[in-house]
Amino acid sequence: MTHRILIDPVTRIEGHAKISILLDEAGNVWDAEFHVVEFRGFEKFCEGRPMSEMPGITPRICGICPVSHLLASAKAGDAILAVAIPPAADKLRRMMNLAQIVQSHALSFFYLSAPDFLLGWDTPPADRNVFGIVRSHPDLARAGIRLRQFGQEVIEILGGRKIHPAWAVPGGVRSALSEEGRDRIRSGLPEAFRTSRIALDLFKKTLETHHQETEIFGNFPSLFMALVADDGTWEHHGGNLRFVDSSGSIIADRIEPHRYQEFIGESVQNNSYLKSPYYLPIGLPGGMYRVGPLARLNVCEHMGVPQAEAELRAFKKLGRGAVTSSFLYHYARLIEILAGLEYIERGLDDPDLLSDDLRADAGINSLRGVGASEAPRGTLFHDYTVNRDGILQKVNLIIATGQNNLAMNRTVAQIARFYVRGKEIPEPMLNRIEHGIRCYDPCLSCSTHAIGKMPLHVQLIAADGTVINEVTRG
Amino acid sequence: MAAKTLTIDGRQVSAEEGATILQAAEEAGAKIPTLCHLDGIYDVGACRLCLVEVAGVPKLLPACTTKVAEGMDVRTDSERIRSYRRINFELLLAERNHICAVCVANGHCELQTLAYSLGVDHVRYDYRFPRWEVDTTHSLFGMDHNRCVLCSRCVRVCWHIEGAGTKNVAGRGAQSRIITDLNMPWKHADSCTSCGKCVQACPTGALFHKGSTVGEMERDRSKLEFIVTAREKGQWIAPD
Repeated sequence: MTHRILIDPVTRIEGHAKISILLDEAGNVWDAEFHVVEFRGFEKFCEGRPMSEMPGITPRICGICPVSHLLASAKAGDAILAVAIPPAADKLRRMMNLAQIVQSHALSFFYLSAPDFLLGWDTPPADRNVFGIVRSHPDLARAGIRLRQFGQEVIEILGGRKIHPAWAVPGGVRSALSEEGRDRIRSGLPEAFRTSRIALDLFKKTLETHHQETEIFGNFPSLFMALVADDGTWEHHGGNLRFVDSSGSIIADRIEPHRYQEFIGESVQNNSYLKSPYYLPIGLPGGMYRVGPLARLNVCEHMGVPQAEAELRAFKKLGRGAVTSSFLYHYARLIEILAGLEYIERGLDDPDLLSDDLRADAGINSLRGVGASEAPRGTLFHDYTVNRDGILQKVNLIIATGQNNLAMNRTVAQIARFYVRGKEIPEPMLNRIEHGIRCYDPCLSCSTHAIGKMPLHVQLIAADGTVINEVTRG
Repeated sequence: MAAKTLTIDGRQVSAEEGATILQAAEEAGAKIPTLCHLDGIYDVGACRLCLVEVAGVPKLLPACTTKVAEGMDVRTDSERIRSYRRINFELLLAERNHICAVCVANGHCELQTLAYSLGVDHVRYDYRFPRWEVDTTHSLFGMDHNRCVLCSRCVRVCWHIEGAGTKNVAGRGAQSRIITDLNMPWKHADSCTSCGKCVQACPTGALFHKGSTVGEMERDRSKLEFIVTAREKGQWIAPD
């Protein structure tokens, strides 16, 4: 008999999803599936639009990472125009992407994830949120909010607005950095650095008491993929694709992003709008790979900036080869915030940022263009096919969260196996499963182009297919 | 020319014979919303946003094409007028695909500005979501029928300022659309001189400079005004 418990509300994931936990005859968990049940259709309705509009349209996929779509889209446009963009435009785009990584990671850590390990897994859901942190750790909450604000303000200073700036365009960007804007960014950096340090220290302390979470929240071998500079330096907007395995060995390297289809296959689940990309040369199930902060730090050899480099050294010691626990995505995120701030600081004095040579002009010179960039959540591809007049014929968006789909399934199953005993699902267990998903900071509205808020729906399904228990929140 | 005396919003005004209510109202300082009207070219009364009440006439009349008459009593604003203007405006929005957030004319669009001033915060009719194509075959300009309100300004500047006669309105009812020459892709329209007047005249993002991205389509209507008034003002070189 189905028993339905409603827990309301839940807000710390974006999008709309449900989880099925499958039990065997003996009532033990044998598998779990993460289903994303909504669909948005950007790939379809963009067909017929002029290519030049895409950096304006695709950021509307998401209010948290619009910059990622903006930049990937502009890059795909560059490829269709077949131009080398002015150096100033590239540097400005990079600065905006760094700001995007800082603000999105700050959101993930301080607003969405920290309530779990700062306030405790078993805290009632009504308190286990950013407002709970405001009550219990007011200074930390304020610092986290201000760090996100810093990232958002850099985006605004560059692009004119915090959310959905229509700034990067095929061929370059629309405006430079002003001297006044540069000074404002500089004045915000010391506080941002301080907060980034506080968060890192806090998380390292958290790790000392969270061995169990590190062991079971998505700790398994997999491949990792990210963009990386050819000399192995951490990348976020340029470079080429590299895959490493869980021993940290490089299995494919210097793959130009436009060749992604030779290396990434997509399988389709019949119960989710989220496709499951995998590493094509190995196939499934061995070809599961992860993207995002954890992958970027596993793939790169050095950070290229001193403070983050020191952190990377400590981070890499947590794995034998690659760091394989998804709980450590949080750690990787904090190191990337630090790196982002260091790169922003380093870039600020470049006189190119004030240049007015910002936009290369050309017609339609290539009928296909692929743009890849590292979004906060992982590698993002925009792949456009146009006709000779620049009208889109085909749009393929490969989203970071989608690429983590198989790993998220695996993570949910791993956590469920550990915590689910029998048919009752206590709330703290639900929260732990949720946190397994939260480690990846998924953006479901991006990955499926889904609409709406995200209630979480967990089903326990017996071997004969009957739903034994069901929990819905939202 | 004889002057006509009439009342606009309770004020006695005089206007030249042959002037429109819109011209007379403008001189009298009464603001009437317009969309298809463009200073310097003749009016056609296409958009029906300048509707006014004339005493003794049961229906509302477009101010841009109704000539003044002796003793006429005009009201430019009333509950009824506002209601009909808004209905007409909402129908314009429902008829095509106007998505301001991603439009090249966002922030510089007469349709958008009018929506704000008329208080259109929602549309009561079902959107029709028609499928219209975008013509980007011309080397400089693009035409997006999704954003067209069929004001026909482009047609009028093309015929009566440039004298090229490239643009026309074809089709009937909801299928009406702007065409180039004999309904061929713009690049094949041999009569087009690529002067760009239509792009300058367009009130929305329907006509745009190719490659424009969101909000980039800013127009300089002073160029049109210069051309239209050059003879009258005796100024043959465009002012800076």
